[in-house]
Amino acid sequence: MAARRATAKPNVSADELKAYYRDMLLIRRFEEKAGQLYGMGLIGGFCHLYIGQEAVVVGLEAAAEEGDKRVTSYRDHGHMLACGMDPKGVMAELTGREGGYSKGKGGSMHMFSREKHFYGGHGIVGAQVPIGAGLAFADKYLDNKRVTFVYFGDGAANQGQVAETYNMAELWDLPAIFVIENNQYAMGTSTKRASKSTNLWERGAAYGIPGESVDGMDVLAVKAAGEKAVAHCRSGKGPYILEVMTYRYRGHSMSDPAKYRTREEVQEMREKRDAIEHVRQLLLTGKHASEDDLKEIDKEIKEIVNEAAEFSKESPEPALEELWTDIYASELPQGEAV
Amino acid sequence: MATEILMPALSPTMEEGTLAKWLVKEGDTVSSGDILAEIETDKATMEFEAVDEGVIGKILVAEGTEGVKVNTPIAIIGEEGEDMSAAAASSSGGSEPKAEESGEEAPAPSGADAPPTTPATPPKPVEARKVEPDWPEGTEVKSTTVREALRDAMAEEMERDPGVFVMGEEVAEYQGAYKITQGLLDQFGAKRVIDTPITEHGFAGIGVGAAFGGLRPIVEFMTFNFAMQAIDHIINSAAKTLYMSGGQMGCPIVFRGPNGAAARVGAQHSQDYAAWYSQIPGLYVVQPYSASDAKGLLKTAIRDPNPVVFLENEILYGRSFDVPVMDDFTVPFGKARIWREGTDVTIVSFGIGMTYALEAADKLAEDGISAEVIDLRTLRPLDYDTVIASVQKTNRCVTVEEGFPVCSIGNHLSAYIMQNAFDWLDAPVINCTGKDVPMPYAANLEKHALTSTAEVIEAVKQVTYR
Repeated sequence: MAARRATAKPNVSADELKAYYRDMLLIRRFEEKAGQLYGMGLIGGFCHLYIGQEAVVVGLEAAAEEGDKRVTSYRDHGHMLACGMDPKGVMAELTGREGGYSKGKGGSMHMFSREKHFYGGHGIVGAQVPIGAGLAFADKYLDNKRVTFVYFGDGAANQGQVAETYNMAELWDLPAIFVIENNQYAMGTSTKRASKSTNLWERGAAYGIPGESVDGMDVLAVKAAGEKAVAHCRSGKGPYILEVMTYRYRGHSMSDPAKYRTREEVQEMREKRDAIEHVRQLLLTGKHASEDDLKEIDKEIKEIVNEAAEFSKESPEPALEELWTDIYASELPQGEAV
Repeated sequence: MATEILMPALSPTMEEGTLAKWLVKEGDTVSSGDILAEIETDKATMEFEAVDEGVIGKILVAEGTEGVKVNTPIAIIGEEGEDMSAAAASSSGGSEPKAEESGEEAPAPSGADAPPTTPATPPKPVEARKVEPDWPEGTEVKSTTVREALRDAMAEEMERDPGVFVMGEEVAEYQGAYKITQGLLDQFGAKRVIDTPITEHGFAGIGVGAAFGGLRPIVEFMTFNFAMQAIDHIINSAAKTLYMSGGQMGCPIVFRGPNGAAARVGAQHSQDYAAWYSQIPGLYVVQPYSASDAKGLLKTAIRDPNPVVFLENEILYGRSFDVPVMDDFTVPFGKARIWREGTDVTIVSFGIGMTYALEAADKLAEDGISAEVIDLRTLRPLDYDTVIASVQKTNRCVTVEEGFPVCSIGNHLSAYIMQNAFDWLDAPVINCTGKDVPMPYAANLEKHALTSTAEVIEAVKQVTYR
């Protein structure tokens, strides 16, 4: 741990630190379980796991306020859990069951929660970026002082619509925080093989958007950067870019053999830079928690995840009539609205 | 040598304009590039420059004159000291452009398109056009262009709901590339009438996000040809999200703009997307023909909680129709309009295709063929019942649209009629469509790439075995 920047700044309480540990662990255990269920054939299609990147969403959620919005790509399970969506509903969507957030009609990549201000879950790389700016546009129009976290990966950063969105977001001072989750690989293509200039946050300069690179394996660094970005956006100064340097331990999706990187590279990240282990050490060395306290959290998480898995197996498949519902709305869906 | 200065065509669809102001007077010396006059087209006020140098001999059309046809001589220019009275006199008789230049009465080049010959016995006249109005009998109507009707619809809905806003290229300060949003900036301010950079993919996505966030965006595409850059958001983001979210999300947004061929703008600016969008569950697709439908359907579209693709037509923008003077006139989706009742054949069309359909019906009546003309108005939902009921009455059907022939709306209707009214058909359904070619630029080729009144008449004669 010597190589990492000192982050044990006392900008959080012991309880907060424990909460981050818990939230990150929930994501990891949930994803491991999802991988298991996929292997058992209970989850189909694409399934993109978030393992390794947990500190990104947990750190940024720590900087968010009630009513702030978030939108992301198809690697979305972590974001949903971090913003407080029910693990049962998420897991049951993965198994395509009636009890899922989208009644089994969306799947791993397409889930939403108006209640938690989670706007998807989008399957087209980069499409969520203008959508996120549009959410921010609505907030600015309604003058409600909300900000939107717009998550996308290093791969999406090369999409034309991201550049288009940067331009309009800055032009119109939209309260959007563009979070580039740089996990080093766009599917199998490393950032170096996709762009000559790999400092992705610097692209904001072309449009006048400030930003910075953040250590995404350090939840406290992410939180601190998030707070800075949120303050910028909420004060009406327009968008902000955070390039959060992170790493995914698993393949791009479940069917990815990951031949594009060495086993050693992954192993080194897991051993030296793991975000959950980092917080665990902070808790223990700072005497904020004992081994037993942490075991208690581990146990609680395990129960939540097992419960979610059980629910996702027991929840029935959607009724056949569901094939024909939700194509058109007769009135606007209720929930968070103007 | 004195030459005539002709009324210029300042837009692809301009046929006439107003000579708003002369900036030169008789006897003035002008050189190339000098501004001679201000000319108001259907879209904008344009400055008209001199091409040649010389002296303005005579001004033939006074400023303030409206409806000056393109190619009408408006002034005489000559060399200094030249007597131009003769030129002026000779030009006064020949002010109408020649037929082949106007493109209106050009002879049909192929035998199939030859005008119908007069039958030996005089045809029996059929009943006159019957329009089923969408408003109560006795309602006052006002002649309104499609352009004004669209603007009025947006203004009324923006008054009604503060969440409605318009965004797009040149919609605000420029007053609309086709003047559809004229006056909205003044009326509603820059917060609600928003000029975007040229960035269709991006602003379509921002519109979708704003709709998710509780607003009611109207996204104008300068033309639907440019919406191809944004089609991922129209289909993947706007149309599918309600379903993918199990009914949670809803996307109340209108994507609107001119669609299909304008005039002489070539292949990349002339495509009709009716069939493309009509394929997509989750979208509503509207393609109005008349001004009252443009207004009533656009108001319905803005209020609807679903994404609506609203396909307009540049050539129809300047056409006038009766629009009822009512506080809140709307037209429901999924209800076709029978423009003319008939007994011998059903002609089904929508949008600008209606001009061919109605013109053909008029000419067919002279030959004693009674055509029923149906305007679908909305392509999704599609009013199948009205079409089937009509086909069961006439036993024959011809469809008319400007789009490409493969997988056209007409193809779909043909299949539907075959499955649902096969026993009533006395002839195969014929689809009159645009040709299976990219839109050519040359005037004669362009005319042939589109469908035509002559083709519709020919198709009707085939299905009625005349």
